[in-house]
This record gives sequence, structure tokens and C-alpha cells, in this order.
Amino acid sequence: MRDFAALFEALDTTTSTSAKVAALAAHFRTAPEADRVWTIAILTGRRPRRSVTTTELRRWAAEAAGLPDWLFEDSYAVVGDLAETIALLLPPAETRDAASLADWIARIRGLAGRPEAARRAAVLAWWAALDGTERLVFNKLVTGGFRLGVSQGLLTRALAEATGRDAAEIAHRLMGDWDPATIGYDALILAEDRAASGARPYPFALAHQLDGAPEALGPPGDWRAEWKWDGIRAQVVRRAGALHIWSRGEDLVTPRFPDLAPLADHLPDGTVIDGELVAWGGDSPLPFATLQRRIGRKTVPKTLLREAPARLLAYDLVEDGGEDLRALPFDARRARLATLIAALPPGLPVEVPPLLDFADWPALAALRQTARARGAEGLMLKSAGAPYVAGRRKSGGWWKWKLDPMTIDAVMIYAQAGHGRRANLYTDFTFALRHGDELVPFTKAYSGLTDAEFREISAWVRRNTLERFGPVRRVPPEQVFEIGFEGVQESPRHKSGLALRFPRMLRWRRDKPAAEIDTLETLRALLP
Amino acid sequence: MSRTDPVLRFEAAGIHCPTGGFFIDPWRPVARALITHAHADHARSGMGAYLCTPLTAAVLRHRLGDRRIEVMDYGETRQIGDARVSFHPAGHVPGSAQVRVEIGGEVWAVSGDYKTAADGLAEPFAPVRCHAFVTECTFGLPVFRWRPQAEVMAEVGAWWHETAATGKVAMLGAYSLGKAQRLLAALPEGPGPVLTHGAVEGVTQVLRDAGLALPETIPVTPDTDPKAHPGALVIAPPGALGTAWARRFGPSSTAFASGWMALRGIRRRRAGDRGFAVSDHADFAGLTDAVLATGCDRVFATHGYTASFARWLGDKGLEAGIVATEYTGEDIDAAPETETPAAAP
Ligand SMILES: [Zn+2]
Ligand SMILES: [Zn+2]
Repeated sequence: MRDFAALFEALDTTTSTSAKVAALAAHFRTAPEADRVWTIAILTGRRPRRSVTTTELRRWAAEAAGLPDWLFEDSYAVVGDLAETIALLLPPAETRDAASLADWIARIRGLAGRPEAARRAAVLAWWAALDGTERLVFNKLVTGGFRLGVSQGLLTRALAEATGRDAAEIAHRLMGDWDPATIGYDALILAEDRAASGARPYPFALAHQLDGAPEALGPPGDWRAEWKWDGIRAQVVRRAGALHIWSRGEDLVTPRFPDLAPLADHLPDGTVIDGELVAWGGDSPLPFATLQRRIGRKTVPKTLLREAPARLLAYDLVEDGGEDLRALPFDARRARLATLIAALPPGLPVEVPPLLDFADWPALAALRQTARARGAEGLMLKSAGAPYVAGRRKSGGWWKWKLDPMTIDAVMIYAQAGHGRRANLYTDFTFALRHGDELVPFTKAYSGLTDAEFREISAWVRRNTLERFGPVRRVPPEQVFEIGFEGVQESPRHKSGLALRFPRMLRWRRDKPAAEIDTLETLRALLP
Repeated sequence: MSRTDPVLRFEAAGIHCPTGGFFIDPWRPVARALITHAHADHARSGMGAYLCTPLTAAVLRHRLGDRRIEVMDYGETRQIGDARVSFHPAGHVPGSAQVRVEIGGEVWAVSGDYKTAADGLAEPFAPVRCHAFVTECTFGLPVFRWRPQAEVMAEVGAWWHETAATGKVAMLGAYSLGKAQRLLAALPEGPGPVLTHGAVEGVTQVLRDAGLALPETIPVTPDTDPKAHPGALVIAPPGALGTAWARRFGPSSTAFASGWMALRGIRRRRAGDRGFAVSDHADFAGLTDAVLATGCDRVFATHGYTASFARWLGDKGLEAGIVATEYTGEDIDAAPETETPAAAP
């Protein structure tokens, strides 16, 4: 595993993409083939199934380190990463084990189903034979929590560089369902017959955020506009008589959307539609919160299917009659999409929302202001002549032009230390609004300030602590912040009765005294 | 000054000895201050009179200008009112001391900042037997376990060589007082000279003048030509990294030496290209051993992971509490001005 630990360290200690690609490409040239497949699997989120629970790992590690459970938990709260916490708390290794990544994964998989005493003994022995980064990597394999800052794009670039093959082809090969335990490097990356088979979707095209004015994009006539729906981005694939629904996280979510099953009977074979899955309220999408109730459930109860029926808002056609359309311009793909959907019988849970009509950019800006009322979160702008390009590339010509967030001024009442990269700063704050004479906590937020501002507010928190509850400190209600959010909904679980979507700090309002913060009534007035 | 006064009391201005009429490391102006060491959060300006070790006095004069400063050597004792006080090596930075205060046979000790492993430069930490111990615990969690100094210094040396081999300047962020000189003294021979930021050079020269043997350095001035020093290592306060001052050296690899570098998350946020876990504070085992070695039965934790460390000591049967102070510990996010010597008023 030394190779893989070295790769992990190389990726971890640089922010340069070319250095990352170089480190990955070197690994794909020199590491044992089985290790390469597992590296790809790990970087694309295909981790070995967990054979040990995190509760067991915490207990065993605390025992091996000779620490009480509460001190283990205090440490974990500061480090913020279970694998790293365990690696740091255990005593230094006694020996070094030279097994490969694939060997280690086989060992870890071999733990499944064995009694706790045997699994415990094995893990303790392995910990004692691994040090530093190797121990950290082992823990991450066991806990299944790898986040390496390697995008799909970087990985495919590196594989293309190492193999001399086309990056787009590599990207397509990596999509879909394959099992690193059974597939070889050759079959996955090199062999000829895997190109377009089965259920595999295409790498998703992603949008850039438009921060300035759209005028910068050029003449409005070169652009098409759509509502930006707040749903689940998905590709619907119909091949060999079967329907497969892929979410953008590359999860196969077909069983969670039984209401889309009729599409299997009517879409022609060799069809891949890109669009947004939303919960449908008859003529417009329901709030995202409604759809959210369906996510995370393996099977969807009948009542939910009735209350929140899913619908595919189709906006692109990537494959038609088995033909890959990605090289065609947007307008041509869109025309074929319209033809395809128009030919379907009525009553199916799919539609192509019309493109928006606009004469010039100011007209579109005015239209954008009405997005919220239509259940959209802004606009999408797409370059009429651009091909369908994987990832977030300028050449793909997709821009999201979101509404400005809703905002409210609130006062900080609790602060909690951050973890991981901000373990030495106070970064997690609880905010309150006024309600009569009371301050009612209504949201937490932990992002949006600069490092310098976090340093300053942390120093203030340390000096002004009124009470401590474990890692949380109560502070005097003096510091006012402008909180931005994307939506608000009723929530009986919260003391305020309201829950925000994507709350974050927009600004530290040093100019504003706490007496002038907003009230709970102001926030209620923003309910849809 | 009744007979029932405790030896030390924790007050809004600092740690107070009512019987002796003095404060230890106060954070508000008081008439008489005993100072454990010259870091800005422990030794502030505005005190009527200062008492500290001779090395601390030398750095204080450099930082604060001409003040009323009296000195006392390690182990020497002095009677202040009914209190008998003495200084004992804390091993934190050159000149750093623990303060021992004895009144009517009851002994309290204030650690200031300390580390238990010898660094080859600061006078090594010596435990003080006492009834009550006031301790820092900046790194008072068991995830902090320092590796032997020689291993880490060899890694710093290897990074310096690798950096020089690619034609870049090695830029190392380290505290002006303590960390910078410790690195100077312990680093292996490098591929070029060591250049120092003004704040680092100032303190280094003060310590040289006071008799410490420190290797030669080249102070960076507005006239310094970066190209004239191939293979150089630049030592600068953390706040100077990434500023216009640092950019004049052209392509560089930046590294940071701090105990916080033991955590991957902070390393990624703050370290630039490399982070080396070197601290002038004790690690968790060092703190625990130090507390136990005092033989005390009461402990007060002043700064750092106070809640966890106090509970850990409580589990060991000690009476351990937390006191609020304004010490900041090893603050890697300190603004640059706390790192540069204050102009003499
Ligand atoms: Zn200090
Ligand atoms: Zn301190």
C-alpha cells in the first residue's frame, strides 16, 4: 500500500491540477494492475463494502490507545475525521506490513461476517503494522470515507495521459455499474468491447455560475434560456428494453422512481435524456422539500407517490436511436428532443419545458425576477451552438444565473469550534431573531466569512464566553450577521417552527446594533 | 491581605498574588508583573514594573523599549511581602520560566508556556514540586504526539534541499521568538545560506548578544538581491508568508513549522506546500507527565483544550479546574503585527 499512500500524500499536499494529474498518471503507469483498478474505484466512489462499523472502530481504537471514550470523542470533534483521529491516537507502529492496496482491500473484505472478537484482533494487529499515512489510508478504506479532491475530469485526464486514449472515451468507460473486485484493468480501461454497453450514462455536462451581468456572454441571439429547476439532475437511459435512471452523483436510482417506469414501454431503444427530476404539483414543480422526502428511501410508500409524483423535465438529448449526439450543437439536440417527446403518447411523466422568449438581456433579467413564483431557482443559459461537453467547461456553454438569495439580519448567540481545517477557530454559529422580548434561535451557519473574519470573531468568542456546554460556547447577543438562504419552510422540529435551505453568512454587519435585527415575523413572511 | 487569601487568585487583570501584591503574566496594566516569557500574549506593555529572567528581560527591552525591568536568575529566591518567589526553567523558549510562589509553606507554581522535551537551545524544563499547578494545555488532546526533534528537522532539511534543487527559495514560517532560533540551531547543513525577516533577525541578534550560540544568518533588507543567494532558506514570521515581502523572492516553496501542522485539515488550510509539526508547547503526554511530576493535588488549566485536559486530570484523581485568561497559545492565525517588535513608546 506504500504506492497508494504516496499517491494519497501527493494529491493531498498540492493544489496544482497538473501536479495531481502527473501523480495519478505515474501511479497508473507503475502500480500493480489490481491496485490501479482499486484506485479508480476509490476515486469514483466505489468503495469496498464496510465490514466493520464505525462504532466498533472507535471502541477498539480507544481501547488500543488506552483512552476513555469521552476523550476519544473530544479528539474526534477537533480533528473532524474519524480515520485521521484513529491514526493519530494509536501508539506508533511496531512493524511495517508491505502488502499492496488490493491485498489490503481483500483482507478488509474478508472480515465480513466474522465474529467481533476475530475482526477486532485482525484490525488491532494491522494498526500495529501501519504508520502515518498508510494507517490513515487503511482507516479510510475501512470506514469508506475517501475524499481526495480529484474530480472525475482530473482522473480521466490522468488515465488518458497514462494510456494514450481519448479522455471522453475513458470517462464513458468509468460510468455505470462495474465491480472493482471482479473486473481487470484491461477490461475496464483498455479492451475494445466495453464502449457503449448496458445501462451506462454519459458524463454530465455542468454549468458555470454567472456572477456578473449576462451582457458579458455576447449577443443574446446566440443564447437559449430555460428555468433552472430545483430538483435532482438525472439521465434517463433506455437500452435493451430496460430503463435506468442515474442521478448526477452517478447513483443508479431507478427503484426510487417507480412512477417513471412507464417510460420504459414508450421510449425507443438507444435513448439517453438529460433533465431534472422534480415532484410535480399538476402544472409546476413542488418545493424541493417535497421531493426530499422521497430521497433516501429505498422504496417509496404509495401515499408519497400520490402526494409527490415525480416528473422528468427533459432539457437535452444525449443519445438518440443509439447514436451519440454529444458533438451536435445544442439547437440540433434540442430539436431532436422535442421530436422524440412529441411522438410519445400523452399522460407520461415527462415533458420538455419550453425555452424562454426574450428579445434582449434586460428582458431576460426581468423574467428572472419571476423565477421564484414559478418554482424555479433562477435561469439556465445555454450556448445555441455548443456541443454537450462533460464537466464544467467553458466550451460547454452552460451557465446558471441564480436568483439572489433571500436575506435576513440575525444575531449570534452560540459559537462552536470548527473541526478539520478550522479546528483552532470558532466557525459554527447559531443565530437568533427577535420575537417579542425573546431571542429565538432559528438557524446555524458555518460558512461565508473569510479566514481573517473567522480569526477575528474567534478571538471575540474566546474573550466573551458566558457559558460552556462541551464544545459550544454561549456568547452575548451582540454580533449581527446577514444570513443568506435559498428558501424557508415550516418545520415543527425547530424551535422557531421554520427551517432554512442552504443558510450561510453573507456579511458581518459590524455597523448594525443587535437592537436592529429582524424579527421572526419577517422570516415567516417569506414562506412560500 | 488577610491570612485567608489564597496564594494566587484569578482576576480580571490576570493571575494575582494578593499577599505579595504582584501579578503573573497579567493582561491588563498593573503595578508589578512577574513575566514567564516574552511572547506577546504573556508579556504585555503597560506594567509599572517587570520582574523576569535576564534573557526574557533582553527580549522584552527589544520588544517594548526601555522599561522598569528587574531580573532574577533561575533558582534564585526573592521575598516579596510575605511571598517567596523563584523562577524555574519551562523549556518553552530561551529564558522562559515557571514561577514558584510560596506563602506560609503552601507552594503554587505557574507554568506560563512549557514543553518537556529538550530542544537543545532553551533551558530544559524542570518540574517544580507544588500543591497547586497553573498549567497551559494548548495541545491538551491525545491526538498531539510530537515526534523526536531530530526526525522532523531531518525532514525540514530534506525539503530545503529538494526546494533548492528545483531552483526555488525555501520559505519557512516560524515564530520570531523561540521557534525561529530553535530551527536555526537544530537544522542540518543546507544547500545555501539562511536569510531572516527583520522580526526574526531582531530577536536572534538579542539572543546572540545575550550569549546564545546561533548560526550565522543574513538579514533581509530592502536592498537584498534574492538572486544573490541561491539555495537560500528564508525564515519569516507566519504573517509574512504570502505578502509582498515574501513575493520578492520569486518562485518559492512555502512551509510552516507549528504544532498545529499535526492535523491534516489545518495543514491543508494553512501550510502552503509543506507543514512540519514542531511545537514549543508540550504534547498531551508531556503535559500529563509534567502535571503528575509536580505532585500537586490541584490544577488550573489556563489556555488550550482546557475542558478536555481538566477532565482527563479529574479522572486521574486531581482536583482540576478551568480559569479564563487571555493567553492565546500557539496562534498560527496571528496577524503579522503581533509578530513584529512593537515600537518603543
Ligand atoms: Zn509562549
Ligand atoms: Zn501561552
